[in-house]
Amino acid sequence: MLAMTLNALRLALRELRRNVMRSILTMLGIIIGVASVIILVTLGSGATKKVTQQIASLGSNLLMLSPGKRMGPGQSSGAAPFKLADAEAIARDVPLLAAVAPISSRSTTAIYANENWATSVTGTTEQYFPLSNRRMKDGRAFTASEVRLGAAVCVIGETVRTKLFGSQNPIGSRIRLQKLSCEVIGLLEAKGQNTMGQDQDDVIVVPLRTFQRRIAGNEDVSMIQVSVQDGVSTDRVRREITRLMRVRRHLSTTQDDNFNVMDMKEIASMLSGTTTMMTMLLGAVAAVSLLVGGIGIMNIMLVSVTERTREIGTRLAIGALEREVLLQFLVESVVISSLGGLIGIVLALLASASLAGLLQVPFVFNAPIVLIGFAFSAVVGVIFGYVPARKAASLDPIEALRHE
Amino acid sequence: MNATVTQPERSAPLIELRGVTKVYGSGTAAMAALRGVDLHIDRGEFVAVMGASGSGKSTCMNILGCLDTPTGGEYWFQGIEVGSLTRNQRALLRRHYLGFVFQSFNLLKRTSAAENVELPLIYRHTGAGRHAQAMQALQQVGLTGWEDHTPGELSGGQQQRVAIARAIVTQPVVLLADEPTGNLDSARSVEIMELLTSLNRDQGITIVMVTHEPDMAAYAKRIVHFKDGLIERDEARKEETCSR
Repeated sequence: MLAMTLNALRLALRELRRNVMRSILTMLGIIIGVASVIILVTLGSGATKKVTQQIASLGSNLLMLSPGKRMGPGQSSGAAPFKLADAEAIARDVPLLAAVAPISSRSTTAIYANENWATSVTGTTEQYFPLSNRRMKDGRAFTASEVRLGAAVCVIGETVRTKLFGSQNPIGSRIRLQKLSCEVIGLLEAKGQNTMGQDQDDVIVVPLRTFQRRIAGNEDVSMIQVSVQDGVSTDRVRREITRLMRVRRHLSTTQDDNFNVMDMKEIASMLSGTTTMMTMLLGAVAAVSLLVGGIGIMNIMLVSVTERTREIGTRLAIGALEREVLLQFLVESVVISSLGGLIGIVLALLASASLAGLLQVPFVFNAPIVLIGFAFSAVVGVIFGYVPARKAASLDPIEALRHE
Repeated sequence: MNATVTQPERSAPLIELRGVTKVYGSGTAAMAALRGVDLHIDRGEFVAVMGASGSGKSTCMNILGCLDTPTGGEYWFQGIEVGSLTRNQRALLRRHYLGFVFQSFNLLKRTSAAENVELPLIYRHTGAGRHAQAMQALQQVGLTGWEDHTPGELSGGQQQRVAIARAIVTQPVVLLADEPTGNLDSARSVEIMELLTSLNRDQGITIVMVTHEPDMAAYAKRIVHFKDGLIERDEARKEETCSR
């Protein structure tokens, strides 16, 4: 059996060499099919990985409170903003929390010497940094007492530093934010874009009181971030916070919440679930093109069998067994399809490596999909090669030799 | 897998047809191509088969070549009743004992002469030495130096020589030639006939050849005439008349 397969392989390769152009054109369908499946799935897993990384960088067990009723994805109705006291009440009354950070932000222009840069400034407390997983690259974060006093200090992100300071060291310099002149005391470690595509390094962080007094001119807090201690159910904490906030916002039992508590993990897993599903969907669509490639192989093989009827007759007369002719044609189509698969894999890896760079998603070498792609192409060869091979093998040698 | 053929007996007659009939179609559309043919061919014979088209000579050749089976009667090949064999068993019989030469050569296109000659050896699973055997067969037909040429680069006579080399490379017991000179001019035909004659004389290969032309049949030692599905005349020729 092995000798027979080797023989068939030898004959098939000889045949492919005799028809190089036709072999390549036949392979094209499979090449495109395999390549598109692998490219889509590779980029898809890259996107999923990126989302997962961003989820991890958000910090674990994070809850986010925003005012307004949740109307649907990304929408909320207007409602009274929070105050600093709300954040303090949560920190005091809700057990098992790791950190609570009230956050307010607004867009503004930062000025340093001759440079100015439109960015957003965030007012918060010292708890913001550990809570949102932001570490210092240089300098230090502001302290609790600086927050209490409303000191004129700020921490800047990498993008702001590049725009305002170029390659200079920003620590100790003073920048201007509207009426506020503040000293740069720290530089945040770069974090890149978030899930929504916003640059998380294009930011200036100042103590909340400084922000409220010198920039916003009010006592509002637009958002409260809460992180829960390890191993504590976010659901339970969420219920506690909701109850507390309903009391603080004087809501009667018949009224809906006029604020919203989001579990970041939920959003994240929803997002990564969506990308995974999209990947699968696109992969499935691409797999259809593999099928079309298979039909192309069957087409060419059927033509080839008709064209080579006399040759098949000669082989049969010389003493080829039915199964040897069958195997020869089957091996021929499998060689075409799996060679096409291999070429497709190589092209796909090259293409997805460069596309990943272009789309700024990590390049994930997905071994299973490469193997599946190859196996699929070989299987396509067997399935679509069988009918033509069967036809060739069952030819009557006398008829075949007479064929014009 | 290639031992499924009953071992032939060397002592048995090479070819023996006993009352062979062949009917195509059935019922009222039935057409008898052979109507009871008895034929005995011994080792080393050179038989020419002649007859008008429709006389049954091609059908008889197909049966002799184990490509077809008789409807009635028996075909004994070296002590094996071919009619009782399966399609695969007949293929193995062809592979091991028969060589075929066709009117239209039937070489593989875009394939070198040497590779064409190697083809039957591939099916015989001859490993190493395949190329050497092919080269030797090409030498026997006088084509040394042409082994790398494809059929398209060879003349008709040379193509038929390659085909003969392919038929004899396995050292068959019987060489079946179906109008081997049908597509050749007379000078090439003479060359091919002389080649066949020498293979028969020097190597003792039994040759059965179908031909239309009495000139070509004249090379054979025995001429069998077919008419209307029966052997009309079976004449043995004297040795002297073979050479001209």
